[in-house]
Amino acid sequence: MPVIADALAGKRIAVTGATGFLGTALVERLLRCVPGCEVVVLVRPGQRLSAADRTRREIVRNDCFDRLRRELGERFDDEITTRLTSIAGDVTRDDLGLDDTDRATLASCDIVVHSAATVSFDAPLDGAVEVNLLGPTRVAEAIRHVHDEHAPGTPLPHLVAVSTAYVNSGHKGDATEDLITESRWLSMPDWRAEVEAARRARSDTDAESRHPDRLREFHRRARAELGAAGTSLLADRTERFRVDWVSARLVELGRSRARALGWPDAYAFTKSLGERALLETRGDIPLTFVRPSIVESSLAQPRPGWIRGFRMAEPVFISYARGLLSQFPGVPEGTVDVVPVDFVVATIIAVCAAGPDTDDTPSVYQIASGARNPLRYGMLVELTREWFTEHPLYDHRGQPIVVPKWQFPGRGKVQGQLRRAVKLLTTAEKLANQLPVRGERAELVSRVEERRSQAERALEYVELYGAYAETEARFRIDRTLALSDALDPADRAEFCFDPATLDWKHYVQDVHLPSIVEHARVRTSPGKRTLASREERATRTILAPEPRLAVFDLENTLIASNVVESYAWLATRHVDQSERARVVAELLAEAPQLLSLDRRDRGDFLRSFYRRYEGAPADRLRRDGEELWSDLLALRAFPDALARVRRHRLLGHHTVLITGALDFIVEPLRPLFDDMVAASLGEDYGLFTGEMIAAPPTGEARAILMEQYASNYGLTKAEIVAYADSTSDLPMLEAAGLPVAVNPEAKLAAIARRRGWPIEHWRKTRGAPLRPLAVSALKPGIRSNNHGRISTGSSVR
Amino acid sequence: MSPRPGFVLEVDRSTPPTLFWHGEGFRLERLPSGSRVIYAPEPLPALKDPDAAIRHALESPLGDAAPLRSLLRPGMRLTIAFDDISLPLPPMQAPDIRQRVIEAVLEIAAEVGVDDVVLIAALALHRRMTDDELRHALGERIFNAFAPYGLLTQHDAEDPKNLVDLGQTDQGEDVEINKRAAESDLLVYVNINLVAMDGGHKSVATGLASYKSLRHHHNVRTMLHSRSFMDRHHSELHSSNWRMGTLIKDAGVNVFQIETTLNTDTFPEQFRFLQRREWEWNLRDRAGFLASSKALERTPPEIARRIFHSIRAPHQMTSVQAGEVGPVHDRTLENLYRQQLVPVEGQSDILTMGIPFICPYNVNSIMNPILVACLGLGYFFNLYRGKPLVREGGVVIMSHPTPWAFNPVHHPSYIDFFEQVLSETTDLLEIESKYEAAFATDPWYVHLYRTSYAYHGVHPFYMWYWCAHALSHVGKVIVVGGDRAAVRRLGFTPASTLSDALEMAEDVVGRDPTITHLHAPPLLMADVQ
Repeated sequence: MPVIADALAGKRIAVTGATGFLGTALVERLLRCVPGCEVVVLVRPGQRLSAADRTRREIVRNDCFDRLRRELGERFDDEITTRLTSIAGDVTRDDLGLDDTDRATLASCDIVVHSAATVSFDAPLDGAVEVNLLGPTRVAEAIRHVHDEHAPGTPLPHLVAVSTAYVNSGHKGDATEDLITESRWLSMPDWRAEVEAARRARSDTDAESRHPDRLREFHRRARAELGAAGTSLLADRTERFRVDWVSARLVELGRSRARALGWPDAYAFTKSLGERALLETRGDIPLTFVRPSIVESSLAQPRPGWIRGFRMAEPVFISYARGLLSQFPGVPEGTVDVVPVDFVVATIIAVCAAGPDTDDTPSVYQIASGARNPLRYGMLVELTREWFTEHPLYDHRGQPIVVPKWQFPGRGKVQGQLRRAVKLLTTAEKLANQLPVRGERAELVSRVEERRSQAERALEYVELYGAYAETEARFRIDRTLALSDALDPADRAEFCFDPATLDWKHYVQDVHLPSIVEHARVRTSPGKRTLASREERATRTILAPEPRLAVFDLENTLIASNVVESYAWLATRHVDQSERARVVAELLAEAPQLLSLDRRDRGDFLRSFYRRYEGAPADRLRRDGEELWSDLLALRAFPDALARVRRHRLLGHHTVLITGALDFIVEPLRPLFDDMVAASLGEDYGLFTGEMIAAPPTGEARAILMEQYASNYGLTKAEIVAYADSTSDLPMLEAAGLPVAVNPEAKLAAIARRRGWPIEHWRKTRGAPLRPLAVSALKPGIRSNNHGRISTGSSVR
Repeated sequence: MSPRPGFVLEVDRSTPPTLFWHGEGFRLERLPSGSRVIYAPEPLPALKDPDAAIRHALESPLGDAAPLRSLLRPGMRLTIAFDDISLPLPPMQAPDIRQRVIEAVLEIAAEVGVDDVVLIAALALHRRMTDDELRHALGERIFNAFAPYGLLTQHDAEDPKNLVDLGQTDQGEDVEINKRAAESDLLVYVNINLVAMDGGHKSVATGLASYKSLRHHHNVRTMLHSRSFMDRHHSELHSSNWRMGTLIKDAGVNVFQIETTLNTDTFPEQFRFLQRREWEWNLRDRAGFLASSKALERTPPEIARRIFHSIRAPHQMTSVQAGEVGPVHDRTLENLYRQQLVPVEGQSDILTMGIPFICPYNVNSIMNPILVACLGLGYFFNLYRGKPLVREGGVVIMSHPTPWAFNPVHHPSYIDFFEQVLSETTDLLEIESKYEAAFATDPWYVHLYRTSYAYHGVHPFYMWYWCAHALSHVGKVIVVGGDRAAVRRLGFTPASTLSDALEMAEDVVGRDPTITHLHAPPLLMADVQ
C-alpha cells in the first residue's frame, strides 16, 4: 500500500475554502485517493442556504466529483455521508463563528488545511485584509481555543496554510522557499497598522460616497441610464452606483498600497502580511506553508482540463480570442508561472502526509514551474495563437474572429492605447444616448456601449495581470522536489507534482484552452446559433400554450404614433384648410416643450395635454375614433405587433393593453384585448371637461396594475409577458417574468441586451399611404364648416 | 372611320419595342422575332345619348320582365344595389355610370311615389367604400339625399341581423344574402360589366352574399373547373351562381337587372400612348411616353402610385340593357365581346404580360404580391375563350415590381396570409383545408371588415384560388423586375430582365419557343381557336 494513504489513514482533515477552485479539488482528491481519511469542510452559510446545503450543492454536485461518482456508483452517497462532514464557519469572524457542535468537530481534526482566500486580484482592500491577512490568524486562534476546550493534552493539529508564491515576487532572480520573515528583499510594514488603515479607508470612503455632490452625481448617472424609470428603480440604481463606487475606490486603494510596497497587487500584498501575522500569532501550532504560483486547470485529476469558475488568466485568453485584446504587455522570454491545480493538490496532500517539521519551525513548500520547466511568455502566446487560429471563436454574425499576432509592446503603450479607446467610446456612447433613435439603430448604439465596456475590461486586465507577465522572480521549489523524491514510487505516480513532467504544448493546447473556452460560453461554431437560440428559447417560452398574461404598451409598441398626433388628427377633421394649418403649426411650435414635459413626467404631461379637449363634443369624437383608426393609426400600426397580440389570444393567453391614450381612441383595438386600461375624460352636457376621470397608470403604478391582473387570473410573475418600448416602462418590464423590449430606445436596448431580454423590431408595413403630418385625410372643402372645431378652447395654453 | 378590331401582330426585325406595363411604370421590351402581340380592339363609339338609352332600356326590358315603371307602386320597398369600388378600372370620369342609371331609376320611383328606397353597395367580402368613393360613384345629389338618413348602406356580410338564409340549391349550396335586398318588393341591381365575368346571376348571388354562401363557389375545386371563369358557359363559378340565382328567384326575390358595357377608352389624354400600338406612335405619343417614364423614374413609388390612382378613365358606355337576368346578361355578353374579343390562332409556349398598377382590389391602394399573382394568373390568364393563350406545361412571364408591401388598412389579412401561410406552403388544397376557416372566422378580421376599410379575412385566399387554373396549367411562372424575396414567397421565379426570363423559360419549354404577349390594358379577350 502506498505510504501517503497509510500516513493519512484514520486522520481527520479540515479544509477551509472548500467551495473554491483549489478547495474543491482537494476535497475530491482526498475522498477519492486517500480512502482511509475523513474530511471536514468549513463552509460559510449563505443567505438562504445552510453550510450543509452549500456543501452539497457547491462542492459535491460540482463536476469535479463526476469521476468519484462514477467509480463508486451506488455507494457514492453513503461514502459522502460517512466521510464528509460540514461545519458552519466564517474566516472573517472571531473563532470562525463556530457553534458548540462544530467547535468539537474542529477540535477532533488532526490536520487543518486553510485554503480560503479572496483570490480576485482586484478585491477591495478591506475585504482582502479581512480574509487574506486576518483569515489565517483567526483559523489558528480558533484551533487553539477549540483544542483547549475539547481536547486539552492531545497534540495540536498540523496547520497547512495555502499562500501564494507571489508573496515573494517583488525582486528579480531566485525566490527561495524561506519564511516571509527571512526575506532579504521585502520591506514589511506592521500588519496591525495595515488592518487599521484598511478598515478606516472603508469607513472614510463610505462617508465620502454619501456627500451630496456625489449622491447627485450617482442619481444623475442612474437617470442617464434608465431615463424616467420611476423613483424606486432610480433609487436602487443610484444606491448601486454608490456601492460600486466605494468598492472601486477600495480596489484602487489596495492596488496602489500594494504597488507602493513592491507587490504586484493587493492579493499578494495581503497574503504576505497574512503569512507574517500567522507566524506571529500561531503560538505552538505546527505550521507549514504551501505557496503555489498561478493555479490553472488540472492536467489529469480528476480529469484533464477541470476548472472551476472563471479565474485569473482566463479572461485574458478569451479577450484575446475575441479580438478584444490585440496586445498584451510582456517580454517574450519572460516566464509565466503556471501550475495545474492537481499538482497543487498533490503537494498539499504530500505535505499533510509528511507532517510538520520535527524541529517546530514552520517550513515553506513552493509549487511553481518557472525554475524547473519554465513556460516562456512568447511560447504561451504562440501556442494560444496557433490554437485559436485552428479553433476560432465566432462573432455575433457567425463570422470567425481572426486572432491578431502579438507585438509584445511595453505596458505603458498598451495602457495608453486602451485608455484612449475607452475615452473615445465613452464620448461616442454619451452622444449616441442623446439621439432620439429606437429599434435597430438603437441596438447599434447599445453595441457602442458594449464595445466600451469590453475596452474597459481589457484595460483592467492589462493593469491587473500585466505585472504577472512581467515577473522576473524565479520561484525555487527545491524543498517540494525533495518531498516528491522521497515519495514511494507508486505515490509519486499517483500524486505527481514535479513540473518537469509537464509538456507545455500538450497542457496549453489539449487541456487548458479547450477547457476555458468551454467554460467561457462563447460562440465556437459558425452560424447564429448560440445567441439566436437564446432569443428563440425566450420567444418559445413566451408563446407556450400555457397560461400567460400578456401586457402591451401602446405607443411605439403596437403603433408608431402618440397622443399628440391623435389630437392633431381629431382637431383637424372637421375644419377648413387654413384652420388645419394653424392647428398643425401650433403643435409643431410646441413640440419641443411637449416632448420635454413628456420625458419628465408622463402623468403630468397627459394631464396638461388633455386639457385641450375641454369643450369638445364627446359623441362626435367617439365616432371619429373609428375613422382615426382607419385613417391614421392603422397606417402606423406594426403588423407583427398585432399578429403577436392575436397569437397570444389564439393560445388562450389573457391580453391587456395599458396606455395613456384616450379610451375612445383605442376603442377600435377592443377585440384584441381582454382588458384595456386607458385614460378617459370627464363629460358635462355632452362636452368633454378636459379633465381625466380615470388617470392612466404610469411608472410603478403600471407594474402594480399588471401584477393585480396577474393575480386576478391566478398567474405568477413567471407567467407575465410585458411588451414595452421605453425605460419609463422599466418597472413594468422588471415586474414581468418574461419582459420583451419592442423597438427599444437606446437606453432600453442597452438594458435589454445586458439582461438578455428578447428584443423585437416591429416595423410599419411598407405600402401604407404617406401621411407625414397627422391631419385628417379628408379632402378640404367637402365638409368644412367652422362650427365643428374640436373644442372652442383648443388654442394653446 | 369605324374603329379597328383587335389585332395580332407578328414581331419582325422592323417592329419597335413593345410596351409592357410594370406596376406604376412601363418597360419597353424587344420581343424575339416571330413573337405575337395581341392588341385590344379600338374603342367602339359611345352611345350618343346615354341617358336616353338608359330610359329606353328601363322602359323596354328584355325577357319577360315588365317595364320598370309598372313594377313600382307607392308604399313598396325598393332596394337598389350597385357594383362597388372594384368596377370599373380605373375608376371612370364623372358622371359614373352608376350615377346615371340610379338617377334614372330614382326619377321613375319618385314619379310613381315610392318612398321606401334603400341603396346598397354590393361589397360581398370587399372593403367598405369611403364617403368620397361613394360620392364619386353615385354623384353628390344621390349621396346627399340618402347618406345622411342612413339609406345609403353597404352590404355587411358579417351582420347576422341583416342576412337571410334562402335555403340550399340542388347541389347543397347555401344561399344567404342581404336581408333588406331579399325582402324588398323589388331589387334593382346596377352593373358595370367591365369583363365577361361580371354580371348575370353573379351580381346578387355573389355581391350581396355572405361567406357561408360564397364558399360554395369561391374555392379551389370550382376555380379548377372554370375554364375560364371569363367564359360563362365553361365556368363552374358561373354555373354555381346561376343555380343560386334560380333559387333566389324561386324564393320570390324580384330582381330587375341592369347591365352596362364600356368601350376600351381606358386612359386620359396625357396617357394616350397607352391606347395606341407602338409602331403608330407619333411625336406626341413618343414625347408623352418619354416624359412620363422619365418623370416616373425620379418619382418615389408612393407618389407615383398616387398619380396613377388619380387617373379617371374616359370610359364611355356602349350599351345598357335591363330586365330579366338571363336575357339581359346574354345581350351584355354580345356587346362586350363586340368590343373585347380578338381571334387568336392557337396557343404558344410562353405567355408574357405586363401587370399594371391596378386590379379590382386595390383601388386607391397598393398592389401587394398576392394581388400581382391574382391579376396575372387569375384575371389576365383567364381572358380567353376556347383554350388558354399558353399551352399546358408552358410558361407565364409577368412584369411587375412586386414590392413586399401592403396597405395595412385595406389588406390586413393579406399581410398575415403572406407571412404565415405562404411562408409555409403555396399548395392550394393544403391552404384551403388547413388555413381558410381560421382566417375566415377570425374576429379581428371580421371587426376590421365591418368597422374599418378592410377586405374580409378570407379574401387573400380567394385571390390565391383565383390563380388555381393557371397554376395547374402552366409549368413555371417567372416575374421580371420583382422583389426577389416576395416573388419567391409566391412560389414563382424572379428574373431581372425579360431576356433572362425567356432563357429560364427555355429550360421548361425547350429551345425556340413560341411567345405571345398580351398587350393589356386596355382589356381584351382572346378567342383562341
